[in-house]
Amino acid sequence: MPQLLLELFSEEIPARMQSDAARDLERMARERLTAAGLGPEGLRTFAGPRRLTLVVDGLPAAQADRSEERKGPRVGAPDAAIEGFLRSTGVDRADLVERDGVFFAALARTGRRTAEIVAEMVPEIVRAFPWPKSMKWGTGQVRWVRPLQRILCVFDGQIVPFEIEGLASGDVAEGHRFMGSKRPFAARDFDAYAKGLADNFVVLDVAERKRRILDGAQRLAKAKNLALVEDEGLLDEVAGLAEWPVPLLGDMDDAFLDLPAEVIRTSMRTHQKYFALRNPLGEGLAPHFIAVANIEANDGGAAIAAGNARVLSARLNDARFFWDEDRKIPLADRLERLKGVTFHAKLGTMYERVERIEALARELAPLVGADPGVAAEAARLCKADLATGMVGEFPELQGVMGGYYAREEGLGDEIADAIRDHYKPQGPSDVVPASPATLAVALADKLDTLTSFFGIDEKPTGSRDPFALRRAALGVIRVVLAANLRIAFAKRFGKAGVDDLLPFFVDRLKVLLRDQGERHDLVDAVFALGDDDLVRIVARVDALSAFLAGEDGANLLAGYKRASNILRAEEKKGPLPDGPVGRLENAPPEETALINVLASAGPRIEADLAKEDFTAAMRALAALRSPVDAFFEHVLVNDPDAATRDNRLRLLIQVRDLMGRVADFSQVAG
Amino acid sequence: MTSRTPLSFQDIILALHAYWSRQGCVIVQPYDVEVGAGTLHPMTVLRALGPKPWRVAYVQPSRRPADARYGENPNRLQHYYQYQVMLKPNPPDMQALYLGSLEAIGVDLALHDVRFVEDDWENPTVGAWGLGWEVWCDGMEISQYTYFQQVGGLDVDPVAGELTYGLERLAMYVQGVENIFDLAFNDPQSPDFKTYGDVFLENEREFSAFDFEAANVDMLKRQFEDMEREVPRLLAARGRQGQPLVLPAYDHVLKASHLFNLMDARGAIAVAERQSYIGRIRDLCKACAEAWLALEGENAAAGA
Repeated sequence: MPQLLLELFSEEIPARMQSDAARDLERMARERLTAAGLGPEGLRTFAGPRRLTLVVDGLPAAQADRSEERKGPRVGAPDAAIEGFLRSTGVDRADLVERDGVFFAALARTGRRTAEIVAEMVPEIVRAFPWPKSMKWGTGQVRWVRPLQRILCVFDGQIVPFEIEGLASGDVAEGHRFMGSKRPFAARDFDAYAKGLADNFVVLDVAERKRRILDGAQRLAKAKNLALVEDEGLLDEVAGLAEWPVPLLGDMDDAFLDLPAEVIRTSMRTHQKYFALRNPLGEGLAPHFIAVANIEANDGGAAIAAGNARVLSARLNDARFFWDEDRKIPLADRLERLKGVTFHAKLGTMYERVERIEALARELAPLVGADPGVAAEAARLCKADLATGMVGEFPELQGVMGGYYAREEGLGDEIADAIRDHYKPQGPSDVVPASPATLAVALADKLDTLTSFFGIDEKPTGSRDPFALRRAALGVIRVVLAANLRIAFAKRFGKAGVDDLLPFFVDRLKVLLRDQGERHDLVDAVFALGDDDLVRIVARVDALSAFLAGEDGANLLAGYKRASNILRAEEKKGPLPDGPVGRLENAPPEETALINVLASAGPRIEADLAKEDFTAAMRALAALRSPVDAFFEHVLVNDPDAATRDNRLRLLIQVRDLMGRVADFSQVAG
Repeated sequence: MTSRTPLSFQDIILALHAYWSRQGCVIVQPYDVEVGAGTLHPMTVLRALGPKPWRVAYVQPSRRPADARYGENPNRLQHYYQYQVMLKPNPPDMQALYLGSLEAIGVDLALHDVRFVEDDWENPTVGAWGLGWEVWCDGMEISQYTYFQQVGGLDVDPVAGELTYGLERLAMYVQGVENIFDLAFNDPQSPDFKTYGDVFLENEREFSAFDFEAANVDMLKRQFEDMEREVPRLLAARGRQGQPLVLPAYDHVLKASHLFNLMDARGAIAVAERQSYIGRIRDLCKACAEAWLALEGENAAAGA
């Protein structure tokens, strides 16, 4: 079946936009081809520094012919109406068909040629393409991410002719900017295109570019007995910056190794997009780097590596300047500067924020076993590095630099660690700090963020979360769980905490538990109890999950469902009986057995719940399983005698309520 | 860099002049008002507006008082040179023309790694922005390449392509020098060889002291306010052909902008005031841009 090949060749496309562009091109082509009834078999797209490519296999040469009937005016309608219908359909009056007093025109629609459809589709896609930022160039009005230089569009071995503002489609592509023949080549199908690119030093597929970079970098590292510091984000980026990626090893003056490793790595990464190398055994960085060039140079890359090394030296000299200057001023003396830094227009300065964090950290310290004075001092200094030169240059080193500077000042490891790590945990996979002082500051920082922004009604909505409040809440949850911290929201945050903040935490906790593989119905079953203590909630979910995984749990759940179904059905007929369960004469043994087991399990469960031993409570609940099963097997709830029936309903209510003390089993699926 | 002797600082400028002259550019001289960047030269900022084609290249001394380092930092100056090219409308082969200019100053494109790395340019004080790249040579940023989209807050049509070469940095690269002041200003074989330091070190020392210590803030502030008042007055005045005095008005915008930079370097502008100052300059610039565009439109209509 025929193939479509499209290449949109432009000036350099920003690396960060390439993968989305490939996805968007695929989606837009698929939607349009499918809408035209050309259900494609296979669609592939490629994105690189200068080109977006689409290959569609298995397209028909044309749409299928279709016949359709169009409804016209009623028979006897005014002539003008009938004339109009004939004009719009192009059918002769004699060919109209009458049915049920209405004229119909039979239209035979010849399927359009696929090439025609493609010729309309491509300009549409170009004009509607969702680049995050686009531009005009020259005298034109078309927008693209950078000037569009050439369009190759071939269907079934033939050029699909169209123009976009004077830029005509053709069958010509070109290779690498500096390598290869530097002359355009013709390609009438994907194989010829791919070969032409390969011959002219272009690696079309980003996965292949990444593989070459990684393999090459690892080979270079190994040859020096070093290990590559892998960096997925950086790999993605550099794979979007080279059509013919060539990793090169560069040297760094080892005098720079006394700079913090994070500074060296960040400088390499942000400014220069280099990979760092480290000693395979130790932690320390090695005085080398890997740069990824876009060319195989005549001299094997010696000049490029040397040039890059000089640039890195200049960058690290700048970093050293900040490192030396920053250490001349103690962190405490930088606090004054924070008075001039706005945290948020409605929330005052960074200095005011630090004062709040400090007070909160002092208050939380005893809860996490930290010394209040130490926690408060760490909190007071935790944002001071925002006023340093290094963090001004590399904002992502906030915290890290504060930690270094605190250590250099001799403030001690506890305070230095707390400053360094108080932004943690930053996401679901980031580690939770272990030191008590760090926990106090980390919690205070995040809780201040949350209560401040909730206080000015800046809550996340949908996908919008500009102040990363969800991440802050997740951080609090992870610290609370890791440290087994008991914070009753109602008590700590008052009504606002219960109304706003608690549901927000609960939602985050649900997401976290679900991500950890807990069934969301179990999570719901526990949340339905209305607890506001995160540690207790999680313990209960864990116990419930274990209980239901066992045979007793699963069977008891079935019994619960049966009981509540009966109760629900009876409730529709009238109010359920209340009052205690009686021991009726002639009660079947199964009824008595259930009454007995409830009488003994009830207090035990209450005692276990009071101790927050949910596993024990579940075990006590398991005692209900066989009496409940036996009861349903041998006893008819709807006894003709009303007193007997009411008593049995009261018994079922008791089963439901006792189980409900442990979790809301009505929320559990199954 | 290459097998032949690297070009001196001034020979790089001459080579760029010769190259861009061949591409049809008008080679003009530096503007005689202090500016922070070559873009601000009216031959770029104002000529980017309106329908008339325009190709221009020039060297522009750029003053950045806050970058003053008393001549003690090997990479930073308060006064340095930018080489500026604007091609309007941008020709389709502008990237190739740019690469040709690198070859013209001795960069061997088979030996070095030249890359176009996303970097969108904006200058909020003149309400200008565009999309483009910083151009890297072996990891070193040697030029800024921008397709203007707006100037003075107004859309540009046609679009101008703008190139800015940081001349000192480029020369350091070409000559393989680690310290700006060691650059060969003229040919080392010449009878009176001079380094960049011979020519400019004293300037850096004196102007750094001026920028950070001696500049008279009260006077700067007064002058800023004078300049600010002059701009609307000049735009309201009329020349012999009935036109507003846009070019003189724009000179006063440039002066206001430099006065702001001086006050900023002296630490005389509070964080909260900064945005307001930038906004005031942008408004002045926008008024000039609008007046210029109106004038260009009239001239075009009159076939001038």
